[in-house]
Amino acid sequence: MLPLVAVAALALMAWTGAGWPRLEPFYGVILPYGALLAFLVGMSWRVLSWTRSPVPFNITTTCGQQYSLPWIRSSRLENPHTRWGAAGRVVLEMLLFRSLLRNVQHEWVESGREGAAPKLVFKSSPGLWLAALVFHYSMLLVLLHHARFFLEPVLGWVRGLDRLDAFFQLGSAAFYVSGLTLILALLYLLARRWWLPWLRYLSLPADYFPLYLLLGVALTGGMMHYSTRANVPAAKDFCLGLARLRPAGLSGLGPLFHVHLTLACLLLAYVPFSKLAHMVSLPLSPTRNLPGAGRMTRHVNPWNAPVKTHSYADYENEYRDKMRAAGIPLEKEAP
Amino acid sequence: MSEEGKPARPARVPFAPSSRDWLEPTTKFAAGRWSYSAKPKSLRTLGFPNPRDWSPDQADWKLPENWKEIILQGLRERMDRFRSLRLFMDCCVRCGACADKCHYFIGTGDPKNMPVLRAELLRSVYRGEMTLAGRLLGRWAGGRRLTPEVLKEWFYYFYQCTECRRCSVFCPFGIDQAEITMLGRELLNLLGLNINWVMEPAAKCFTTGNHLGITPHGLKDNLEFFVDSIEEITGVRVNPSINRKGADVLFVAPSGDLLAEPGIFTLMGYLLVLHQSGLNYTWSSYASEGGNFGMFASHELMKGLNAKIYAEARRLGVKWILGGECGHMWRVAHQYMETMNGPADFLQEPISPITGTHFQNARTTRMVHIAEFTADLIQQGKLKLAPERNDRYRVTFHDSCNPARSMGLLEEPRYILRSTCRHFHEMPAETIREKTFCCGCGAGLGGEECMDLRMRGGIPRAEAVRSVREKYGVNLLSSICAIDRAVLPTLMDHWVPGVGVAGLHELVGNALVLDGEKERTINLRGEPLHEGET
Repeated sequence: MLPLVAVAALALMAWTGAGWPRLEPFYGVILPYGALLAFLVGMSWRVLSWTRSPVPFNITTTCGQQYSLPWIRSSRLENPHTRWGAAGRVVLEMLLFRSLLRNVQHEWVESGREGAAPKLVFKSSPGLWLAALVFHYSMLLVLLHHARFFLEPVLGWVRGLDRLDAFFQLGSAAFYVSGLTLILALLYLLARRWWLPWLRYLSLPADYFPLYLLLGVALTGGMMHYSTRANVPAAKDFCLGLARLRPAGLSGLGPLFHVHLTLACLLLAYVPFSKLAHMVSLPLSPTRNLPGAGRMTRHVNPWNAPVKTHSYADYENEYRDKMRAAGIPLEKEAP
Repeated sequence: MSEEGKPARPARVPFAPSSRDWLEPTTKFAAGRWSYSAKPKSLRTLGFPNPRDWSPDQADWKLPENWKEIILQGLRERMDRFRSLRLFMDCCVRCGACADKCHYFIGTGDPKNMPVLRAELLRSVYRGEMTLAGRLLGRWAGGRRLTPEVLKEWFYYFYQCTECRRCSVFCPFGIDQAEITMLGRELLNLLGLNINWVMEPAAKCFTTGNHLGITPHGLKDNLEFFVDSIEEITGVRVNPSINRKGADVLFVAPSGDLLAEPGIFTLMGYLLVLHQSGLNYTWSSYASEGGNFGMFASHELMKGLNAKIYAEARRLGVKWILGGECGHMWRVAHQYMETMNGPADFLQEPISPITGTHFQNARTTRMVHIAEFTADLIQQGKLKLAPERNDRYRVTFHDSCNPARSMGLLEEPRYILRSTCRHFHEMPAETIREKTFCCGCGAGLGGEECMDLRMRGGIPRAEAVRSVREKYGVNLLSSICAIDRAVLPTLMDHWVPGVGVAGLHELVGNALVLDGEKERTINLRGEPLHEGET
C-alpha cells in the first residue's frame, strides 16, 4: 500500500504544483536536468562501485556441455570456451532473457491411484519471461517514440517506427500498440506480486514502488496522447528547449503534463539507487560474462595471498616410521 | 515424521511462512534441519577463530564481544574483494524465478529456503547497516539491523543450502546463491559459527591429507584390499603405487571411495581402467583427497587444502594430474585451483600417452577428469568392453551439481554409460544436466542429525528416479560424486526402495575386459553377473 500512496502523493503534488507559476523553474529546469544528472552521476557511481571490486575467480555457471574432447559437441553459448562466446551469451541474455525462458514451475499431481503418493512434475512457466520481454521492449519503443519531441526535424527512423507501431487511428490520435502492451505487462507484473502468495511474501516496497511509478508515467502519457492532443506543440517546444539547453518553459502545458514529467524524472533519478540499476548489472555478472572453460585459461586473483598449509615435510616427519614400515617411498630416511 | 526423524512420504508441502513478514528473523530451529556445531579441536588445528564448546540449540552462542563489528567489517572486506558479492547485493529484482528451483524449498516449503530470500537475509543487513536509504528508512527500504537473532537465522539458512547453483541457472542476472552462501558462511566462520560435518573432515584433511583421516599405511592397506578383491573377481593383479617418483601422472580421488560402499566399487573401477590402459601413474598419501571441505568454510581454507595437490605433483615430478569422480572437488579443480595455487608451469599440458589425445580444455590447470580420460580411451578403441556384464542393471544417471553447473561435464559420462551398459534411461529433462537436482546433502550437510532436511531436500531427485523406475524399471542410480555415493543410498532406501547407487567407474570396471582375465561370473560387488544365477 505504502508505495502506491507514495506515488499518488507525488502525482498529486505535481498536479497542484502545476497551477503555481512561481514553481515553473522547478518543473521546467531543475527537475528534468536534476533527474538526468542524478541518473548519469548515479549510474557512473554504481558501475564504478561494482567494477572497483575485482573478480577473483572464474565462477561461470555452466549451462551446457563443456568444450573438451574434439568429438563431443560443446555448447558454445551456454558453456562458452572463448571470450566471444561469453560475450554472445551476455548479449543474447540481455536481448532475449534466455535464463528466464528456462523457467519451470514445480507441481504435485495426484496420481489417481488409491493410496499412491502424488507425483512431482515440472511445468514450463513462460509467463514471467513473456511479461518481462514485452515490458522491456514496449518501454524501449515508447522511449524511442519520444524522440520525436526532442528532434527537429523528426528523423526518418522515428517516423518509420511510428508507422510500424501504430496500426490504426483511435479518433484523431495514432494508436500505439507498445503503449498498450507496456501497461498490460506492468499490470501482469504487479498482479503476480499481489496474487502469488510466496511472491507477495518476499516482495518489498521497493518492488512495488517502481511498478506504480512506471504505471503512473505510462497512464498519464497515454491520457495526454489520446485526450489532450492540443498540447503537443507546446510539449515539443518544451522538450526541444531542454534538448538544446535553452529551456523554453511550460506555458500551455496542463497539470497532466506536470504529473507525467515529474513521475518520469523521479523514475530516471531513482534508477541508479534502486534495483532498477539491473540494466547494467548483467554484463558485469561473473557467473555469465566469463568463458566456462576454467581449466583452459589462467584467471588471476589480484588479492591472492599465502595461507596456512601443512607441508609435505611436516607430514613425512609425522608419519615417517609408519610410511617406512608400509614400504612407501620417503624423502628423508631420518628426520 | 517416521523412523530416525525422516519425513514419511513425499507430499505437496504447503507454503508455510512462520511470520507475516520475512524481515522478522526466524529463531525456531526445526528438528532435523540443523547440523551439530564444530568441535573446538578442529578449529584449533585449522587456526579458525573462537574455538569453544557450543550448540546451535542453546541460547548462548558464546560470541566474541565485538561480534557485530567483526561481521560488518568482514562483509565490507568481502564486498571489496568479490565483485560477485557486491553485485549480488544490489542487482536482485526479486522476480521470483529462482524460488522453486531450490530442492530445499520444494521439500520444506520454508519461504526462507527460496534462494531469493536466503540471499535477502544477508542483503537486508547490507541495506540496513551499510546503505543510506536502509539506515534512514529501515524496513521500508528492506533494511534491518544485525542482531543476534538475525545472526542465528543466517546460521540456520546458510547451512540449509548445498551450494548446488541450480538457482543461478534460472536467474536472469546469474545471481548465484552458492556464492552468497559461501561468503555468508565465511562471515559466520569469523565468529566460530560452523558445523562439525564440515570442520572435522577439513581438519583431518589438513593433517592427514584426506577428510577421513586415512593414514599413509592405512591407504596402503586399503588399496591392497582392493587389489586382492580385484584379483579374486578377475584373476588379474593390478599394481597401484603410492608416492612414487617417476610416474607420469598423479591420480587424486575423493577419499570417500577408499572406505565405504558403494564408493569402493568405483575405486576398484579406477584401478581396473588405469591398469588396463597402462598409464604410468601414482597415488599420493599426502594429497590423498580430491574433495575439499574447505570450500564450505572459507576461500582461504579451500586454498590451503587444495595446495597439497600441486605441491605433491611438483614433488613427485609428474607431468599432469588425473582426478577421480567427485562433485565439489571438480568445482575447485575447474574454477579455483589454478587461480589459487597456480601457475602450474611445473607440469606439462596433459596428453594421454595411450591415445595421444591432447586435453586442450585442461591445458592451463593440467588436471583431467577421469571421465574425460576414459571416454577418450573408449572412443579411440583402446578398451575392450563387455556391456552385457551390466545387464542386471537398468541404469539412470544423476548429474552431480558441480560437474554439471560449474564445469559442463555432461556428455562424457553419458558416452561411457552407453558404452558400458545396455540399459540406460534418462530422468525427466527438468531434473538432469544443468537443471539437475542436488542429492540434498552437499556442502557439508550430510550429517545424521539433519536427516529431515536431507530427506526433504532429496525429494526432487528421488521423485525423478521414481518416475524412471516406474517407466523403465530402473534399479541403479549412477553418478560421479563421492557425496552422492555416500548419501543417495539412504535417500533411495527411504523414497525409492530397490534402487541402488553406483559410481560411473564401477560400471566401467564391470564391463572392462582385461588382458589375461579369467571368465568373470560376478561383478565388482560380488553379485552374479546375470540375475537368477547363483
